[in-house]
Amino acid sequence: MWSILIFLGILVAIAVILFLAIIGIYNGLVGLRNRVKNAWSQIDVQLKRRHDLIPNLVETAKGYMQHERETFIRVTEARAKAMGAGSGSVKDVAQAESGLSDALAKFLLTVENYPELKANENFLRLQEELTSTENRIAYARQAYNDDVLLYNNKIEMFPSNIIAGMFQFLKSEFFQIENAKERETPQVKF
Amino acid sequence: MWELIENNKRRSFWLFVCLFVVLTTLGGLIGASFLPPDGAWWGIGLAVLLTLILGVVAYWAGDDIVMSVGQATMITKGTNPQLYNIVEEMQIAAGFGRMPEVYIVADDAMNAFATGIRPEKSAIAVTSGLVENLSRDELQGVVAHEMSHIVNRDVLFMTFSGVLLGSITMLSEGFLRGIFYTGGSRRSKLGSSSRSHPALILITIIFALLAPLLAKIFYFAISRKREYLADATAVRLTRYPEGLAGALEKIAGGANGIMNYNRFTAPLFIIDPQEMAIAGDGQDGKKLFSIGSTHPPVNERIQILRKLSGASYRDYQSAFMSFKKEGDLIPDRMLRDKTAVPLRKGVPGPIQPGGTVEPTKKQKTRDIGDLLMAAGGFIFLPCACGLKVKIPPTLGRNSIPCPRCGRILFLPAVTPGVAHADGDAGKKLGTDGEESTLVYERRSDSWESFACDCGYPIQLSPLFSANAIQCRNCKKKIEIRYPNTTR
Repeated sequence: MWSILIFLGILVAIAVILFLAIIGIYNGLVGLRNRVKNAWSQIDVQLKRRHDLIPNLVETAKGYMQHERETFIRVTEARAKAMGAGSGSVKDVAQAESGLSDALAKFLLTVENYPELKANENFLRLQEELTSTENRIAYARQAYNDDVLLYNNKIEMFPSNIIAGMFQFLKSEFFQIENAKERETPQVKF
Repeated sequence: MWELIENNKRRSFWLFVCLFVVLTTLGGLIGASFLPPDGAWWGIGLAVLLTLILGVVAYWAGDDIVMSVGQATMITKGTNPQLYNIVEEMQIAAGFGRMPEVYIVADDAMNAFATGIRPEKSAIAVTSGLVENLSRDELQGVVAHEMSHIVNRDVLFMTFSGVLLGSITMLSEGFLRGIFYTGGSRRSKLGSSSRSHPALILITIIFALLAPLLAKIFYFAISRKREYLADATAVRLTRYPEGLAGALEKIAGGANGIMNYNRFTAPLFIIDPQEMAIAGDGQDGKKLFSIGSTHPPVNERIQILRKLSGASYRDYQSAFMSFKKEGDLIPDRMLRDKTAVPLRKGVPGPIQPGGTVEPTKKQKTRDIGDLLMAAGGFIFLPCACGLKVKIPPTLGRNSIPCPRCGRILFLPAVTPGVAHADGDAGKKLGTDGEESTLVYERRSDSWESFACDCGYPIQLSPLFSANAIQCRNCKKKIEIRYPNTTR
């Protein structure tokens, strides 16, 4: 009689421990997923910030760089494309945004030829803003990728992979920017 | 990074336990040697009470420490965009939920510190000397180090271990003074029945001499470890160790002047202010290192940073071990993650170092000076000749000739020159909606100065004829009305 009760008690205890473990792992996964989401929205905020900054930058530079229409068009187009990709997948956004980064880098290279523009106070302020925005995007991306790595590892590793499979936690995508700058040879114009 | 915080919590728990054991033992021994029968409990009670009182004081006063350091000016995005941006970038990199407040301390010495026992009250302060002398990347390294102190919860940790250390020191000092100044008179009053054993008193004296020393060694060792950890975390945030290394080099090389500091805040600076005081005599940073240092020797920190081949904690650990031959800097759990974290070659964005125009040191000095003067109530009047005239709040007149060109400049009125559009006017101009709620009425057609709603001075030239102007500080649109015609 007693031995049966003890046996049942042990079974119940094991079930309770198992249940608690599942709750713990599940909550951990939800927490990580939310962190990934939050990190993504951070990137989003910073990308919007960059989109908002560009018209200002172009407007300021236009007066000084009248012979660089092409550069302006490239930047504006890249911006439009990046804004269009805003609601797409992580990969689409990453691609469009790296296009914009390249266009901006080229634009800033061109600025080097215009010392008057470089001395403009308004432009200096915008340049600091742009530098900061680029840094923010890079840092937000870095934080996002760190979180995604942690989350994806949890989904793949035992024992959390069982819980992840049961409740359908899906792996997140990394925000990767392929560095187009390094593949392309710089064009020299005369 | 999140695991590091978890680990810190566990580690700090054990440090607290150890310090607490030392504290209660000391209290118990003192109590036992003064009031033999059951004095031990009184002693323990007294020790705990003392710690609680100090703890409460530290908790409430700790957040205001920035203020106690001296002339700390809180800056906003408008007043010093670069520094503010840098802090915000680090906040993003750390994934920290709240933007810390940013302060500039008027001090030529180069240093920085973080405060905030509660994360929602955190703040980062840098000296004006630091902003003037460091490049953007270097400043970023310093801010990253301070941000690491905040996210690693070092402020909380070091404040409360400081409290425990403080009460241990107070207790033992109090006891030793009591013994030496009153001699045996106190015990003789109590009568022979309650006299404690001489051996017990001897043990207590020895313990009272040793306890603060023990606690200090422990405390400072942990504090130094925290600095290395903050360096490692900073590199993880910026992925650019040269920034912090360069900054440390400049700071160590150019120590001039002493900051206001106290024992409790010392561990929160980027470089120990007490050492800076001595380093001013031109000594080598390495010689200054002692067991009682809250910070590791600067040279070593720089060399470790320069040795890094990646930004992961593993990389820092191996660089650290090549110097120290001891390996328990970073908790094992953190080292299990073998993912390589590459370093950056420069600033992360597409703008390479040459591309960004760094303001000259003279310009930076002037900017910081302006900022601090503005905080002191100075008014800045831009004159048409390009000179920015700084007017002290105590001038007592409402106009002043420009020192360079002699034009008469009008000070902004004591009452802000800008008024919020009243209901009627708002309806008349209703088409513009909420945008044009600020209105300035021109008084004459000569030079005019007025202060915006946010306090920023704006000057209108005689030729100005537009019907709106944007404040350069708060970006609000201000409608300009002319006395006769409504343009």
